[in-house]
Amino acid sequence: MSVAKLRVFRGDSQGGEEKEYEVPVDEGMVVLDALFYIQANYDGDLAIRWNCKAAKCGSCSTEINGKPRLACKTRMDSFEEGETVTVYPIKAFPVIKDLVTDVSWNYEVSKKIPPFTPAEDTEWIMYQEDVERGQEFRKCIECFMCQNVCHILRDHNRKDAFAGPRFMIKIAEREMHPLDVLDRREFAREEAGVGFCNITKCCTEVCPEDIHITDNGIIPLKERVVDKYYDPLSWLLRKIKGK
Amino acid sequence: MEKYETHTHDVIVIGAGGAGLRAAIESSAQGASTALICKSLLGKAHTVMAEGGVAAALANVDTKDNWETHFKDTMKGGKMLNNWQMALYHAKEAPERVRELEYWGALFDRTKEGRINQRAFGGHTWKRLAHVGDRTGLEMIRTLQEKGIHSGIDVYMECTITHLIKDGDRVVGAFGYWRESGKFVLFRANAIVLATGGVGKAYKYTSNSWEYTGDGHAMAYEAGAELIDMEFIQFHPTGMVWPPSVRGILVTEAVRGEGGILTNSEGERFMERYDPERMELSTRDVVARSIYTEVEQGRGSPHGGAFLDVSHRGADYVRRKLPSMYHQFMEFADIDITKGPMEVFPTTHYVMGGVKVEGDTCSSTVPGLFAAGEVAGGMHGANRLGGNSLSDLLVFGKRAGEGAAAYASGKSHASVSAELIEGYANELREPFNNTQGENPYTIHQDLQDVMQLYIGVFRTEENIQKGIDEIEKLKERARTLKIEGSVMFNPGWHLCRDLKSMLIVSEALARCALARKESRGAHSRVDFPESDDGTWGKLNSIVAIKDGAMDFATRPIMEMPEEFSRMFTEDK
Ligand SMILES: Cc1cc2nc3c(=O)[nH]c(=O)nc-3n(C[C@H](O)[C@H](O)[C@H](O)COP(=O)(O)OP(=O)(O)OC[C@H]3O[C@@H](n4cnc5c(N)ncnc54)[C@H](O)[C@@H]3O)c2cc1C
Ligand code: SF4
Ligand code: SF4
Ligand code: FES
Repeated sequence: MSVAKLRVFRGDSQGGEEKEYEVPVDEGMVVLDALFYIQANYDGDLAIRWNCKAAKCGSCSTEINGKPRLACKTRMDSFEEGETVTVYPIKAFPVIKDLVTDVSWNYEVSKKIPPFTPAEDTEWIMYQEDVERGQEFRKCIECFMCQNVCHILRDHNRKDAFAGPRFMIKIAEREMHPLDVLDRREFAREEAGVGFCNITKCCTEVCPEDIHITDNGIIPLKERVVDKYYDPLSWLLRKIKGK
Repeated sequence: MEKYETHTHDVIVIGAGGAGLRAAIESSAQGASTALICKSLLGKAHTVMAEGGVAAALANVDTKDNWETHFKDTMKGGKMLNNWQMALYHAKEAPERVRELEYWGALFDRTKEGRINQRAFGGHTWKRLAHVGDRTGLEMIRTLQEKGIHSGIDVYMECTITHLIKDGDRVVGAFGYWRESGKFVLFRANAIVLATGGVGKAYKYTSNSWEYTGDGHAMAYEAGAELIDMEFIQFHPTGMVWPPSVRGILVTEAVRGEGGILTNSEGERFMERYDPERMELSTRDVVARSIYTEVEQGRGSPHGGAFLDVSHRGADYVRRKLPSMYHQFMEFADIDITKGPMEVFPTTHYVMGGVKVEGDTCSSTVPGLFAAGEVAGGMHGANRLGGNSLSDLLVFGKRAGEGAAAYASGKSHASVSAELIEGYANELREPFNNTQGENPYTIHQDLQDVMQLYIGVFRTEENIQKGIDEIEKLKERARTLKIEGSVMFNPGWHLCRDLKSMLIVSEALARCALARKESRGAHSRVDFPESDDGTWGKLNSIVAIKDGAMDFATRPIMEMPEEFSRMFTEDK
């Protein structure tokens, strides 16, 4: 069994520093296992969020060797022999303690998005091809890693003006629901700030669920918003066809 | 003592999985001021991990399906030990509860006709599980979460409840701490719904997360509520085996539902010997025992499991119907399940036992205290069918929410004694003040080893007794714990209280397992291999606190009226 070196951020909102740990590596082990080992053997108070340990709940987002990753999905054997592994909290949100950040802003944004609003007389018939677009967005495990890498939130901290990629696809999903009748384009433009996105696609690259956030979500949403102001008829067609 | 916050509501719901969310939505809809409290962030509860589907006799695929058949399947799966009334309500109401999710925005997989699609699962006569690929739980929790945040519920996230507070007989509040700051918080309420989920973290190999420490079971027990049938813990037949770090992670039953085949090292489709009729889609207790036996008898796979292969369905189909399984094996085990078999072995998954409730309103034996979802007992009897949990959460979540709101209505809040609160606070802070004491992580690991070894798939009197002795020693050791660091987000400190809950549920499990001298459903006694329908088949196990110690008793099962019992004799 080999031994790995980890440098983990320890601290809180007041600041902190890296602390080095040595952890024995077992076959198939992931970074989260290494953090558990640290908790059980060195520092019982090391703070990290996790739930499923199977890449399904989106709790364990951290920055590993500078890249946003799920700690439960990042295998220790993906690093070079002897490479030191650094683990930091995600940068776009304020640190609470160690690897735990304050992501409450996301919950506030989520609440503002107008909910699903079906037609009153619907028979609830929907075909697989019509629900697939929405299903792609609903795979989102709310790891907030896309929010973390989006430069509008990460570098410019425009949380006041831009809802971020996670919520762009939430709006898109509602808009593309085959039975939804509400118009969220005004909301997307004015409140969620879809215009801020300049399609760098960094969000899509980090999504652990492989959601095509930009191509399938944000770009079509931008088109709809443009239609609203210039071409209402093609918006209606898009809405009906779920595209 | 140090300052703490106080919040006052008509109803508080502890737990924000499917059951808690559904209960809170209903309670709020009834006009009660409702709080929803959870240990994790909203949307991360265990329900998010459910994969295969939610069972409801919608009859969209197999048009012959109906509530009668679902009811019978559930009772037979539970070896007739179920609270029949709950099984009845469940079968009748599940379809409407599932459709309701669709009304709230859920996007289930569709049939060609554009209705909710349904898949086969073990023990279900017809194709019955509504699903979204293999991420049904995520769909369900997002839908409920979305409905919930627009329903005027007050959500308290990352808040752990540690004590229920009573005034005379009835519960009037709950005490706990904020995980983030470590500060204390008091909730005053006229009714409390427990929806805290299960207990799997007491075992070494489990599909369950850190939250599954049996807090609700333990708090209800300490408040004087009865727990029912705690010996019945479900070992899901197919957990991952290799590599070691993922051992126990679930391989959804949907793999078998979609045609997956189990074989041993000799290439034999061994289910032919254990259940030739239902084969891989036999009930979970049977499949788990079969895999266990194959490995015991030397016909295991290289890492001590059975082979499970679904690759014959074709790569496209597998990737479409089981996407998260495909990724799980690719990423964690370097195995492409579209090309070859997985290795699987039973993993601790679900607790059938729980807080004893009655079916109408989910009220426990303590006035004002309700329970729904995995923390409640009775509905599933001796063995739960796959897919019947998600539907249980919806049906009884709603009933509990209604029941709690009605109970709370018109009652005024009782005062809570300051000394009581101070006592709880001191008890919780103790591990910081102890100059000597054990590391909670070490005791937790030791407990997991004990439960895995002595109270597993197959049990004997000797082993269970050894387990009880070991649990007693661990209880003693856990009396003095010591922990480093500050009160802020300190997992070691959090574990101190969680450990206490796990010790209580472990003891309950062991004591009930020792008492039940027969094999039934998930409870397999090597020394009593047969079911004893005449005696034990008519008795529920009950544990409750008596003079500070755990007391075991049996209680006759609820008698089924003629009009329903006839449904079972007609079949024979
Ligand atoms: C991997 C996996 C796959 C599954 N697949 C299926 C399936 O396909 N079909 C099916 O029917 N069932 C399935 N199950 C079972 C099913 O998912 C669970 O039984 C069900 O989700 C439990 O829901 P719940 O609402 O009772 O509790 P949970 O969803 O577990 O929620 C418990 C809640 O209680 C909170 N809590 C606990 N203790 C405290 C405390 N002390 N203070 C405050 N809050 C607390 C937690 O934070 C959480 O919010 C699966 C289970 C697993 C593990
Ligand atoms: S594509 Fe848009 S939303 Fe995504 S990271 Fe770039 S700017 Fe942000
Ligand atoms: S869209 Fe992808 S990256 Fe963003 S929160 Fe959801 S799962 Fe995470
Ligand atoms: S623990 Fe759930 S995604 Fe990592």
